[in-house]
Amino acid sequence: MQNFEYLKPTTIEQAVAVLYREGEHAKALSGGTDLIVQLREGRRSAKYVLDVKKIPDLSQLTLNNDGSLIIGAAIPCHQIYGNAAIAASFPGLMDSFTLIGGTAIQGRASVGGNLCTASPAGDSIPSLIAHRAVCVIAGTGGWREVPVEAFCTAPGRNGLQRGELLVSLRIPAQPAHSGGAYLRFIPRNEMDIAVASAGVTVTLDGNTITNARVAIGAVAPTPLLVIEASAALIGNSTSDTSAINACAVAAQAAAKPITDMRGTVEQRVHLVGVMVKRALAIAIERANR
Amino acid sequence: MSKKIQVSTTINGEPVEFLCESNQSLLEVLRDGLNMTGSKEGCNNGNCGACSVLMDGRLVNSCLVLGAECEDTKITTIEGIAPKEGLHPLQQKFLEHAALQCGICTPGFIVAAKALLDTNPHPTEHEVRYWLAGNLCRCTGYDKIIRAVLDTAGVSS
Ligand code: FES
Ligand code: FES
Repeated sequence: MQNFEYLKPTTIEQAVAVLYREGEHAKALSGGTDLIVQLREGRRSAKYVLDVKKIPDLSQLTLNNDGSLIIGAAIPCHQIYGNAAIAASFPGLMDSFTLIGGTAIQGRASVGGNLCTASPAGDSIPSLIAHRAVCVIAGTGGWREVPVEAFCTAPGRNGLQRGELLVSLRIPAQPAHSGGAYLRFIPRNEMDIAVASAGVTVTLDGNTITNARVAIGAVAPTPLLVIEASAALIGNSTSDTSAINACAVAAQAAAKPITDMRGTVEQRVHLVGVMVKRALAIAIERANR
Repeated sequence: MSKKIQVSTTINGEPVEFLCESNQSLLEVLRDGLNMTGSKEGCNNGNCGACSVLMDGRLVNSCLVLGAECEDTKITTIEGIAPKEGLHPLQQKFLEHAALQCGICTPGFIVAAKALLDTNPHPTEHEVRYWLAGNLCRCTGYDKIIRAVLDTAGVSS
């Protein structure tokens, strides 16, 4: 592996000072399941690797009394789904966190890292978007917040500026009678990269969908929030098949996939509609519990 | 650059101090520095699980952990699985079920299966297959491995 200096900052101030001073030459390390591979294979380079796991704000995991959730950017997946109260409150997020890699990867891989890697197929991203998650970012000039749907800017690129560090993800409380779900299509049963994916949340009043968020993955340069797909559902009944079809068609219209070794444009457009419908059905079922 | 980092850990219950380069993985430290060659390098990128070890009781790929990240952690490797005399029950069942051929994947499977049975002593077949999805075997076709793990857990398959 290329040589670099390993630093272990214990405060946000220390970390952002190095990130600002070194710019592209400094990389934040949380679980390392992407970064170490990229450094080893020469796909990224670093003079400084900042292990951010000792910074308290990045290692917090808090389910607040009001039902909102804070996930420190360096918290590994297993710690989140291993927390029974959090898992019960956010089953749609758990769909994602239990799918990222296999057991050993989930022992290290952080949700913050999955987001910063900004893969079009990143499994945490559509469900974070569907759950209205917000990125809490620290920089030399202060703090700012960015909704997750605006964080990824291109494949492998995110909106962090020089000297900025993703500190945590803030997920608002889910209103009563809400449910979420994430589904992806892969040719294997486990441990693969999504060919198309969908994250959905809904809020119900009886059988009426009063609010909805539909996000799709692996079908565009970044995961997408599809406002039109969400709008097609709002105000309609959970059994209104024409509304559900309109939602899926809107998601398909927003998809701008490529053909690669995992799938063709046609297949991905088809699949994303299927994923949206199926995830929606699970989200509705969970909202009814 | 390249100043060595001193790291204090506990490996298989023994306190261990080692010096490593900042860019050395735990797998390299174990194999090349500490002569513990039971953990294998298959892919070196997190896909195969041959390098599986436990870090503070949690299953991880040692090829994706830096040696420097191991400060104050407890590591268990395949060398720490068997009792002083004889075999760990998983090792015994792997032999009985012929759950290995070339054996390269076996240390990883044993460590990963131990991590499962430590937290879930009576898993279903589905749980075993799901848990071990990150461990690849090019020889056995997996069924014998799954049966060996289920048999160790006293679950009939
Ligand atoms: S060598 Fe570590 S996962 Fe393959
Ligand atoms: S026994 Fe040869 S790879 Fe598993």
